[in-house]
Parts: sequence; structure tokens; C-alpha cells
Amino acid sequence: MSAAPSRTLAQRSTAAPRATHDPLWARIALTLVALLFVAFFLVLPLAAVFTEGLRRGLGAYLAAFAEADALAALRLTLIAAAISVPANLVFGIAAAWAIAKFDFPGKSVLLTLIDLPFAVSPVISGLIYVLLFGLQGWFGPYLAAGEHPWLGAWLNARDIQIIFAVPGIVLATIFVTFPFVARELIPLMQAQGTDEEYAAITLGASGWQTFRRVTLPNIKWGLFYGVILCNARAMGEFGAVSVVSGHIRGETNTLPLHVEILYNEYNFVAAFAVASLLALLALATLVLKSLVEWRYSRALAAAQTEA
Amino acid sequence: MPPVSDTPDTDPRVDLEIRDKPVPRGSGRSVLPGFGLSLGYTIFYLGLIVLIPLSAAFLKTFGMTWAEFTAAVFSERVLAAYRVSFGASLVAAALNATFGLLLAWVLVRYPFPGRRVVDALVDLPFALPTAVAGIALTALYAKNGWIGSWLEPLWVKTIGALPGLSWLGAKIAYDRPGVVLALTFIGLPFVVRTLQPVLEELEPELEEASATLGASRWQTITRVLLPELAPALLTGFALSFARALGEYGSVVFISGNMPNRTEIVPLLIITKLEQYDYRGATALAVVMLVGSFAVLLGINLLQKWSRRHHRI
Repeated sequence: MSAAPSRTLAQRSTAAPRATHDPLWARIALTLVALLFVAFFLVLPLAAVFTEGLRRGLGAYLAAFAEADALAALRLTLIAAAISVPANLVFGIAAAWAIAKFDFPGKSVLLTLIDLPFAVSPVISGLIYVLLFGLQGWFGPYLAAGEHPWLGAWLNARDIQIIFAVPGIVLATIFVTFPFVARELIPLMQAQGTDEEYAAITLGASGWQTFRRVTLPNIKWGLFYGVILCNARAMGEFGAVSVVSGHIRGETNTLPLHVEILYNEYNFVAAFAVASLLALLALATLVLKSLVEWRYSRALAAAQTEA
Repeated sequence: MPPVSDTPDTDPRVDLEIRDKPVPRGSGRSVLPGFGLSLGYTIFYLGLIVLIPLSAAFLKTFGMTWAEFTAAVFSERVLAAYRVSFGASLVAAALNATFGLLLAWVLVRYPFPGRRVVDALVDLPFALPTAVAGIALTALYAKNGWIGSWLEPLWVKTIGALPGLSWLGAKIAYDRPGVVLALTFIGLPFVVRTLQPVLEELEPELEEASATLGASRWQTITRVLLPELAPALLTGFALSFARALGEYGSVVFISGNMPNRTEIVPLLIITKLEQYDYRGATALAVVMLVGSFAVLLGINLLQKWSRRHHRI
């Protein structure tokens, strides 16, 4: 800094553009290092999944999906996502409506609590349901037959088990994907404010009409965005589901758990083949997500030029 | 809302009516319906899915005596797991802060062909199931993998040959470097995504002023840009660290899971559960939960500081 005053004006004016723009060699070097990092950490792992899956040819690759256990795992993954995504979607809309459209004490506490599942390790997310519904858990004795005749018998008669069964897997999946939709909608609806809804109500629309015709069109891209992310996590969750699943082949295995079993049995081709299906899901998620971001930023830009 | 009363062509009665409507404050007395229903459902669902199950973990440990609890959370093997989890997460978060800053900078400042693809790819660790990431990284960095086949001999010759550094690990996969690799992978998007918006909004005047005042490019970067980016960088670091602490899926495949060496805390919880040591597992979980909440609180404070920092 102390050297600055001694420079002549001419020197300074040539120094200025150089000082706000990086030299070409630096740009190229930094870009190359960044791309190398991306290649080592993102591109190559993705490529490895597909090449390892196809190592013994297309026949061996496809055979991994013909197995009954793989199909059962796919079915369970779809069931878990089909229940947990709509459940968290309804919650997300309700939470965003309450938080973005109204003022009430304790709002910031509520916001923190909604984010809580993201701070909890997946393993613990599974563990807490084992503590509740496992045989040694709070509700465990009530669920076991004989201990509590009414509820236990009712559940047993219908062959309902929670932990090491499908309900536990669904519950753990709901927990780990809990904040996704709410997190996307709350800031969006807060930014949009309440003016349009006020106008609709003042013009005589009912609450439901206001939501369906005014709010929903405004938030549809944010909603879609949250659902894509929620779905990707719901189908890919491993840690939490692993704790509550019990790993019964063909019964309580989801796709990620099926990958683990195949891998631990040294059936690498099948493990990577099934993994490649999940990788495709991840790629589809990224493509959809980018499209939404692109559309949304265009809509936003259009709205700004209009105003 | 435009100042209606100043414009002559609007009906003043409308203005009056609008002003008379109570602004939604306090008990949710508002023109908009559904406050009770939406807040009620939010709290009910939150309690059912998150709060009651989480409190089960805390209440379970209340059934333990203090001696039982400390024995469970301070045993030799557990202490080693804390060190591995904490140390590896810290190194991974530091790597992410470094390369995340670089990546965010390049993505925002330097146009290059395929930039949008790289930008979209940054979110891959969020979208890719952790188990898939785990086996993919293992396949790559193991001794016979594409990268491991040349990186591991290099590692053995350089770091492995240095005296006193054997604790770092004798190989990449199935040792401590593997744990760090997996944790770096899953935490990568956090730093990039927290830095990108801040970098985009950074005003060029800032750098121009610095240059006009005679600073070199290096001085501008270290004295003007970095302090401006520090809150976001620190937030990204903390988010990446918090995520790494709890990570399980990607680590178990690549770490080799050796007690006292590459065993992380989440794996130890699962091991205890499989041995039907529910109390031990829960005690460890409570320690981790308290730790995560502390990090979460820190992140919230950081973000508040960051917002204040940027308003000025």
C-alpha cells in the first residue's frame, strides 16, 4: 500500500485493469486444477460405476436386474419413496403456508426444528425408530403379542411389524427427507409475500381457491424442485434404512441395501449394475434440477424486466 | 403497495378499507385463512416424526447410571472412533474449503466450455446415493483401480516413507486416506454452493477501488476479496464438517472398518446395535446428537454474522 503514492498517474491507469483481471496463465491454471479436481472426485467415480457394471458385458449387466431379489428391492424402494415424498410434500406446503404467510412467536425456533433431521446422522435417524418400536423400545412391549393383548393382537393378526419391516423403512425414509420440500418452499413463499393472496381474498375467493389459483401457480417450480431432491434422497438413503431394515433378502432390502449385499458377496458386476441404476436416477435428478433452475431464473428475469 | 391516497384517480374509500384490514400479526388474526390448520399440522407432524423419536434417544440414556454412561462413551475404542471421525471430517472440510473456493471462483469468474455441465455436476454428491459413492470411490482408489494403481505406489513412496507419518495410513483405500476421500466427496457441494451466490453478488467496484488505490492483484485477493468471502467460506466449511461427522454409507466401503484406525462413530453405533448393546449405541448417539446440535447452532450464528456482514 505504501508504494502506491510514488507511482505516476500513467503507471496507475495501466495497473488498474491488470489488477481487476487475472492474467491468462492464472485463469488457465486455476481452471485446469478445478477441472482436475472435478474429474477425480465427480466424473471418474460416476464413470467407474458404469464400466464396472459392464465389465463382463451387457448380458451379465442385465442379468443383475432379472434376479427376483433385485426386483423386490426395486419395488420396496419405489414404495418407500411413494409414501415418504407425498407425506413430506403435504407437510412442506402446510409448514410454508404457516411460516411464510403469517407472523407468530417462536417462528425461528420452528424453522430450526424443521431443519433438525439434516443435522442428525443417518445412522441415528434409524436408531431412534429402533428405540421406539424395537422389542426393547418404548412401544415395543405394546407391539409384541401377549404383552398387550389388544394392540399386539391387532397388529399380529394383520401381520404388522414395524422394525425390520416395511413400516420402519418408510418411517426412517420420511425422517431423513423431512425438510426437503419445506426448505425449498419457505424462502420462496416468504419472498413472494401475501399481496396476491390478499387481493384474491378481497375479490371474494375462498381460501382453497386462493391457494389453488394464486399460491400454487406461484410456487409450482419450487415445489417441483423440492420434490425432485426429496425423491432422490428417499430412493438413495442407505444409513438410516440399513439400521431399521434387518436385511432380509427379497423382503426388507431397498436398492442401496441390495447393492451392499451384492458387494459384500464379491458379486461386483451385479453390485455395480444395480448401483448404475441408482446413478442414473442421480443423473436424471441433476438434469431435472438444472432445467428447473434454468426455467426459474428465466421466469424471474422476465418478471424483473416487466416490472 | 403504492401510496394510493396521493394518486387522484383512485377511490379513497378503497384505500381506507385496505388500511383497516389488520396486518397479520400475533395470533394469526388475518384475512388469509388456514393459519390454525397449517401450523397445527406442522407441529403435529414435526412432533410425530422428529421430536418424539429424537427425545426417545435422550430419555433412553436417562435410564443409565452416570458410570454406565461414561463407560459407554469414553472407552478406549470409542475415543479412537471420535478421533478418526473428528480428524477425518476436519481434514475433509479443509480440503473442501480449499478446492470448493477454487471451484466456485472458476465457475463464477472464468467462462469455459462446458461450464454449465460442471456446475450441475457439483451437486452429484447430493444426488448420488452414498452407498453408490462408497463402492465407486473404492473401485477407483483401491490398489487395482484406475487412480489407486498409480496413486497408491506414489503414496507409499512419499508419505508412507516419511518417519512418524505412518498414522496417516499406509495406503489410500482401506486406510485413513480413504475415509478422508469419502468425506471430501460427500461434503463438496456445501462450500461451492454457499460461496457461489456471494461471489456472484460481489461488486466489481470493490476490486476496482482496491486496484485504483494501488494494490496488486494478490493484495486485492488476500486483503479485499478473502475477508469479504470469509463468512460464507466458514459456513460452507462448517456445513461440510457437520455432514462428514454423521456420514456412514460412503465410508464403510472404503475405510476397511478397522477398530482404533478407520472405525468412525456412526459405524461403531451400528456395531453396538448388532451386538444388542442398545444402551451403548444410544449413549454414543446422544453424544453425537449434542455435538451436531452444537455445530448447527454455530452455523446459525455464522449465517447471522454473514448476513450482517453483507448488509454493511
